[in-house]
Amino acid sequence: MTDTLTIRDLHVSVENKPILHGVNLEIRRGETHALMGPNGSGKSTLGLAIMGHPKYVVTSGQILLNDEDIVDWTPDQRARHGIFYAFQRPIAIPGVKMADFLRHATTNVRNPERREGEELVPMREFRKELKEKMGQLHMDLEFARRYVNDGFSGGEMKRAEILQLAMLQPKFAILDETDSGLDADAVRLASESIAKIGRDSMGLLIITHHDKLLEHNPPQFTHVMLGGRLVETGGPELAIELHRDGYERIRQKYPEADADNRAMEQVEAGI
Amino acid sequence: MPALSIAPYTTEEFEDFLSRRDEPTWLVERRRRAFEQFLQLDWPSRSHEEWIRTDIRMFHPERYSLPGATPPQPATGVPSGQMKLEAVAGRIVSVDSSAVSATLDSSLREQGVRFQSLSAGLDEAPDWLVEQLMTRAFDSSYDRFAALHAACWSGGALLHVPAGVRVELPFHLLSAITDGNVDFGHLFVRLEADAEATLVCETESLGGADGFHCGGVELLVGPRARLRFVTYQNWSRRTWHFAHQKACVDADGELEWTVGALGSRLAKVNQTVELEGRGARCRVNGTMFTEGRQHLAYHTLQHHRQSHGTSDFLYKTALQDESRTVWRGMIRVEPEAQRTDGYQRCDNLMLSRLARADSIPGLEIEADDVRCTHGSTTGTVDDEMLFYAMSRGFTRREAARMIVTGFFQHVFDRVSVPSVRDALARAIATRVRECD
Repeated sequence: MTDTLTIRDLHVSVENKPILHGVNLEIRRGETHALMGPNGSGKSTLGLAIMGHPKYVVTSGQILLNDEDIVDWTPDQRARHGIFYAFQRPIAIPGVKMADFLRHATTNVRNPERREGEELVPMREFRKELKEKMGQLHMDLEFARRYVNDGFSGGEMKRAEILQLAMLQPKFAILDETDSGLDADAVRLASESIAKIGRDSMGLLIITHHDKLLEHNPPQFTHVMLGGRLVETGGPELAIELHRDGYERIRQKYPEADADNRAMEQVEAGI
Repeated sequence: MPALSIAPYTTEEFEDFLSRRDEPTWLVERRRRAFEQFLQLDWPSRSHEEWIRTDIRMFHPERYSLPGATPPQPATGVPSGQMKLEAVAGRIVSVDSSAVSATLDSSLREQGVRFQSLSAGLDEAPDWLVEQLMTRAFDSSYDRFAALHAACWSGGALLHVPAGVRVELPFHLLSAITDGNVDFGHLFVRLEADAEATLVCETESLGGADGFHCGGVELLVGPRARLRFVTYQNWSRRTWHFAHQKACVDADGELEWTVGALGSRLAKVNQTVELEGRGARCRVNGTMFTEGRQHLAYHTLQHHRQSHGTSDFLYKTALQDESRTVWRGMIRVEPEAQRTDGYQRCDNLMLSRLARADSIPGLEIEADDVRCTHGSTTGTVDDEMLFYAMSRGFTRREAARMIVTGFFQHVFDRVSVPSVRDALARAIATRVRECD
C-alpha cells in the first residue's frame, strides 16, 4: 500500500484567530505537489500545522497518516513517523554542533521506538554518510562543525535544511520556500539534490513563489491557496500560469476567499 | 535583630579545638587573633550589602561542631568524585576536613614539588609559608565566616611548585563531608616564577549529607607562572557552603580558573583575582546550575593593581525549579593600572517561571586609559528552538537538554582541561528535566 498523507477539512487557528478554513489535500508517496498562493494565504500555516507546531491549533478536521489521525501527536512523533518540514526561517541553536544535532535526529527518526539515553547511531557510519551527503550538496565539511544555523547566511540555512532532509529521508516533506534566499545555481543544486534524495520515494509538498524549484521538480499537482482555503487544484500548467500571470484571476474568481486573504495580508503587514 | 541568636563556637570549644592539634606557636597565635575577630563580628544579616539577597536565617551553625570534634561517620562510603582523570600528578582525598589519603608522583617530589595536606605541611613550614599563609590572599576580618575559617581551618591542601617546574598532569583534591559534619579545609597554592600546574578541586557529600563548609582558597601565581585551577563544587543540597577564594597573579603570570557551581543548599562565595603584576592575565570560566530550592550567591572581584593586565570573567547560569542565583561582579581598576583590559559577563537561562536570577555587574575605574566592558543577559529556552528540534525527532526533554548544554558550550569551549569540560557537560545534561 502506498503511504498517504491526507488533510481533511482542516481548520487551524493561531492565537484564537482562524487562519485555515477547511483544507482538503491528499499526497501519496512519490507524488510532487506545488502549493502556491499570495502572501498571507496560509501556506506556511498548513505546513506548520502538519508538523505540529503548538501555536498552530487544529480546531477541527483531521491530518491522517495512512489511516491514523496524527492531530494529537507531538512534533517528534510526527518526525519519527516520516514527516519533515523544511523551515522557511530555520532556527539557530547556539552551542550545538550541526553534526551532533544531526546524529541525534537521525538516530531518533530511524529508530522511532528509541528511548531517551539509548545508543546513538555509530559515529563512524554516521560520519561516512554525512560526508557523502554533504559532498552531494557541495557543502564544505566545516559546516558540520558549526553551530546549528548560528550565523548562517540565508543560503546556508536553506542548504542545511536540504542536508537534514537528505539525512532523515522522510516519507513526506514540506518544503517551505526552500528556494528563497538561494541564487539560481544554488536552486538548481538544491533541486538536483532533492531529486537525488529520492523524489520518487517521498511525497513532496513544495511551497514556493518561484518557478525554478518546480522546473526541476515538476509537480503532478498544483494547489492554489487563498484566504485559508485551497480554491483550485490543477496540473503543472497551473503553476506555470500563476507564475506568469499572478493571482489576479484567482482573486476575482473567489471574492470571499480574497477578502479573507486581504485581511490576513494586513495583519502580516502589521496594519 | 541579629540574624542568629544562639552563639555557637564558644571560647571553650575553640580551646578544645586547639588542644586536639599540635601546631607551631606562630600558627596558634594567628588562630587566636582570628578567633578574637570572630567573637567581635556578628553573623552577616540582610542589612549588609553583600547579603541583601542572601538570607541565612535558616542556617544553624550550632548544629555543627568544629573540625575534629566528632569522628567521621563510619560506613558512609568513600569519596569518588565526578572527574574522570586518567592520570594525576598527585591526589589528596579528605573527609570532614582531614586527609584520608595523599599521593604525589615521586619524580615531582624530587624536583621539590609539594602537594600534601596543609596541616601536614606545617611541621617544617618554610619561611615563605609562615610569611604568606593567610596574609596575602586571605582577609580574616572580611566577615564572620572568614574569621571562623582563619581561626579553625583544618586539613585542605598545600601545593607548591618551585621556579621553572612545569607539571603536565593535573593535581586532584577531593573533599567530602559526612552527615552532620563540616569541612573547613584551607587551600594554599604557590607557583614560583615560570612554574606551571593544573589543580582540580572537587567537593561532594557522602550519602546526601547535611553539612557545613566554611572554606578558604589562596592562589599565588608567580611571575610568568601559569596555573589552571578548577573548583567543582558538588555539595549535597543539604550543605551550607561559604567560601573566600582569592588569587594573586604576578607580572605576566596567567591564571585560568574554572568554576563549576552545582551543589549546596545555599552558597555564598567571594571570588577575587588580584592582578598584582604588570601584564598579569586571568580568565574565569564560570558555570552554575541550580534546581530545587537552591540559592547560590557568587560575588566576584577582578582587581587590577598594575598596568597591562587582562581579566575575562564569563559566567553562565541555568536555573530550574524555584532556585535562585545572585551574581555580583566588580571590576576595580587602580590609578596605576593603565592599559587594563577587563571583561565580565553573566548570562542566565531560566528553565522555570519560579526561578530567579539577580545579576549585578559593576565597574570602579580610576585609570583613564583602559578598556572595561561588562554585561548580563537573562532569557528562557526559546519555544521556537524546542519546536525546531522536535520537528527533527528530538523529544521535548532531549531538545531542552541539548539547548541548555548549547547555552553553556561557549564557556565549556574555554575550559582547557578536557575531563573537567566533560564532567561539567555531563552534570548539567543530567540535571535538566524540563523547562516551561
